[in-house]
Amino acid sequence: MAFGAFANTGPDLSAAAPRRRSYVALILLAPGVLYLVATFVAPLVSLVLTSFKEPGGDFEVGEYVYAFRWENYAEAIERFGEIFLRTFGYSLLATVLALVISYPLAYFIGVTLRRFPLWQSLTLILVIAPFFISFLLRTLAWKAVFADEGPVVSFLQSIGVLGPEDYLNGTAFTVIFGLTYNYIPFMTLPIYASLERLDLRYVEAGGDLYAGAGQRFWRIILPLSLPGVVSGTLLTFIPASGDYVNASKDFLGSTNTVMAGNVINDMFFQSFYPLSAAVSILLMVAILIPVIAYVAKSGSEELL
Amino acid sequence: MTTQEAAVLGRAEEAPAPRRRPRSGRGGAGSWVVGAYSLLALGIMMIPIVYTIVFSFNDARRTNIVWRGFTLDNWLGICDDPRVCESFGNSIIVGVTATIAATILGTMIAIAIVRYTFRMRTLVTVLLFLPMATPEVVLGSGLGSQFVNMGVERGLWTIIVAHIMFCISFVVVTVRARVASLDPSLEEAGRDLYASPGQVFWRVTLPLLMPGILAAALLCFALSFDDFIITNFVSGNAETFPKFVYVAASRGIPPQSNVIASAVFFLAIILVVVAQLSAGVRRRRLAKAG
Amino acid sequence: MAGSFDESGADLELVGVTKRFPGFTAIENLNLTIPAGSFFALLGPSGCGKTTTLRLVAGLEAPTAGRILIGGKEVTATKPHQRPVNTVFQSYALFPHMTVLANVEFGLKRRGIANALALAHEALRLVELDHVASRRPSQLSGGQQQRVALARAVVNRPALLLLDEPLGALDLKLRRQMQLELKSIQGEVGLTFLHVTHDQEEAMTMADTVAVMNKGRIEQMGAPEELYELPRTTFVANFLGQSNLFTGEVVESGSDAVTVDIAGLGIKVPRERAQRHAGEVTIGVRPEKLTLHTRKPDTAAGVNILGPGVIIDASFTGVSTQYLVQVPGLPVITVFAQNMAFGPVAEQGAEVWVSWRVEHGFGLADEPEPEARFAADDDTRTIAVQRRQRLEDELDEA
Repeated sequence: MAFGAFANTGPDLSAAAPRRRSYVALILLAPGVLYLVATFVAPLVSLVLTSFKEPGGDFEVGEYVYAFRWENYAEAIERFGEIFLRTFGYSLLATVLALVISYPLAYFIGVTLRRFPLWQSLTLILVIAPFFISFLLRTLAWKAVFADEGPVVSFLQSIGVLGPEDYLNGTAFTVIFGLTYNYIPFMTLPIYASLERLDLRYVEAGGDLYAGAGQRFWRIILPLSLPGVVSGTLLTFIPASGDYVNASKDFLGSTNTVMAGNVINDMFFQSFYPLSAAVSILLMVAILIPVIAYVAKSGSEELL
Repeated sequence: MTTQEAAVLGRAEEAPAPRRRPRSGRGGAGSWVVGAYSLLALGIMMIPIVYTIVFSFNDARRTNIVWRGFTLDNWLGICDDPRVCESFGNSIIVGVTATIAATILGTMIAIAIVRYTFRMRTLVTVLLFLPMATPEVVLGSGLGSQFVNMGVERGLWTIIVAHIMFCISFVVVTVRARVASLDPSLEEAGRDLYASPGQVFWRVTLPLLMPGILAAALLCFALSFDDFIITNFVSGNAETFPKFVYVAASRGIPPQSNVIASAVFFLAIILVVVAQLSAGVRRRRLAKAG
Repeated sequence: MAGSFDESGADLELVGVTKRFPGFTAIENLNLTIPAGSFFALLGPSGCGKTTTLRLVAGLEAPTAGRILIGGKEVTATKPHQRPVNTVFQSYALFPHMTVLANVEFGLKRRGIANALALAHEALRLVELDHVASRRPSQLSGGQQQRVALARAVVNRPALLLLDEPLGALDLKLRRQMQLELKSIQGEVGLTFLHVTHDQEEAMTMADTVAVMNKGRIEQMGAPEELYELPRTTFVANFLGQSNLFTGEVVESGSDAVTVDIAGLGIKVPRERAQRHAGEVTIGVRPEKLTLHTRKPDTAAGVNILGPGVIIDASFTGVSTQYLVQVPGLPVITVFAQNMAFGPVAEQGAEVWVSWRVEHGFGLADEPEPEARFAADDDTRTIAVQRRQRLEDELDEA
């Protein structure tokens, strides 16, 4: 043992250390990373390849061969351009509404209720409670609430906001309402997380330095909770723009509220794989560009 | 002489006369408005939950839309509609399998990312971030079209493959925070106290990461159990509980679905409340000791 | 290796140890021997390499070059869990998921010691915490946690116990109490203690030998009194307590004293207390060794006198009053005067002289830095005081 110890002098050790480290890291990383390459990267590649496919020789539905048929994209944009605009309009509106609803809620739970831990826990459980009931069933519940014979429509008709022939289900209103409702917890939780950590002494220091209530909010509270707002916005906007349940005609939508997700779903199940793939790629690119720009602008690198 | 120097010299005469400070803002009318607004929002958010639970007790006939009276039949005969029970069983199988696999893979990545330096770190980070930044419908159609291209028959196992994929990133994010907050000196103390590297991992590192790992596993199970959008593309003829509800939506949902959803809801709420309470008890005990 | 640890501690030897991290060198060619059974303190500011030294000894870092020997056996390449060394971590690093007892037992169990439970209870009794054995560390106060950390290390009877600023997180009163306890425990168990700290008072009250570290090197090593009374470098003179330092040319090098020209006055330093005997030298004297005079004292053999100067600040600190005296052409002189009488000896602005006995002076080894010759007015209070002085002078003139 003594010989070994002597032979193993300093420089060898320091040279050996990093090598062993990267070896362990490789073992830890490899399975998960390879899995993601196989089930996330490869499907994306497959999606790109599929989006350029052309119909097979015998023109049977669902039979396609590899090609470079860029016209699939032209067709997608031509046929579904309006739907893309609607998708962005709906999900942007839902995101803004979710923010407007969530910020005061997160502030209430994270700051106002700070001195009442029990109430804080309770309200927090209420915020995440919708997660625990089936996404589809809670959306169907809204369909029942907004049904033509349902309480909301009857009430609105009785006070004259809606005419006797008007309805809510299947309109842009119910779809945007559904998107907002379903993704509110995604907005509230990150904002809550950053407000909960907010040191109130900063706010007091602001008051000490002559900032009024409005200025304390704009100049201290909001900037300090911005990371939460950024991740909440992304966590709401991204899934909302890809959602096709709320806008589906069996749920809160109709043929007038079709979103990009519905197109992808319908084309896929009608075996128009290239068109479905082209719309998927367009949607992904259209979402990633603003997301990257937003992340770059708000300077939040702590997404992961 | 500048005011700065005056301050250094401790002479206040040249400093501006203090303005009256606005009231520092705890309490007051503002927080009442915020409180009322928040409670109203929370109240509205509870409507679908209450509706779903209430209609699990509805004496429904063909459809479960109109209230026809209270009954326990749905709860007592969950499997009266065999497809409800079967799809629920499938969801449990998928959820448990995907959770175990994704939690192990994700925890390994989380440890590597926090503790080791390696090449292509940025690439790995991007690879983990992208599945979360990609709309589910794209993930689903991508995996679905790959299975179609490869001529793979879709079923329960393809659903599991998909669920592991979208869970990994969430597991990494959750566990990573725990690894990062782990005091490295605890593991050093283990090494210092004659524990071999394996013993340090099993006796110190893993038990300390366990709360984070459990949280990640719960999150993964919840995501898997409730996922419909991705599942729809990769399920073939196999039916999970959400897929059953989606398919049934056009014809009418059997009340047994509401029973399943309500039961899962109560179970989850109980879990969360117990976790919160035990955390609260621990906190109080700590406060007493301090 | 289990069970073979030396009951009375072992020598620690560092031979030519160097540790480089990417971008900087933490330790440069360090040679150090700590005899068995001693209480040795490594004292230095943060970033001086003292904690790195400790981690090298514990095996938590590998040296870039050099050898580490414990009890004569080379351990340079040995893993931490194979070294007969235990550490009391700065953050205590008590395992939060285990009870206090399980924490203390941990090391014994890993080494397969038979009566781990009994030994653990015994160690807890030593630190008077056996009654909290079944609690979790988070339920203990800071001082109790510190004692558990100590018990967890001591119970293994290591050849060498490493203490990484273990008292840093405690408040002053508790720290004093723990210092005494640590010292008595060391006496009881007779281990070799290596204590790392930036708190000079802590190092001086606890250790038999103190090594002052700076920039990866040991500046001076010795008994606490020796370090304080006869610092050899500017760093030690300033880090260990306060010093008044003056730089000047040696004008006379006699057989028992060296005379240095300070602002035109011949200041004597005993020859054996001066490291350099020719050329430009820095000499110093501790503030409490100075006497303040309101009238020019008579010159006498064996006494150095500086002055006249002006008192620019007097601050009452309880046991003593601290005066800042400005003598033209010299750095501001600090004088600690015991509060023997009620009220200050001299008022601010008064003309004073300072004197000290020749044998209290010391001469430093390092090359005088050019700026040391001039007023070292780097602390803000001195600047403020000087500004006020100047301002008041201007007002007087006006």
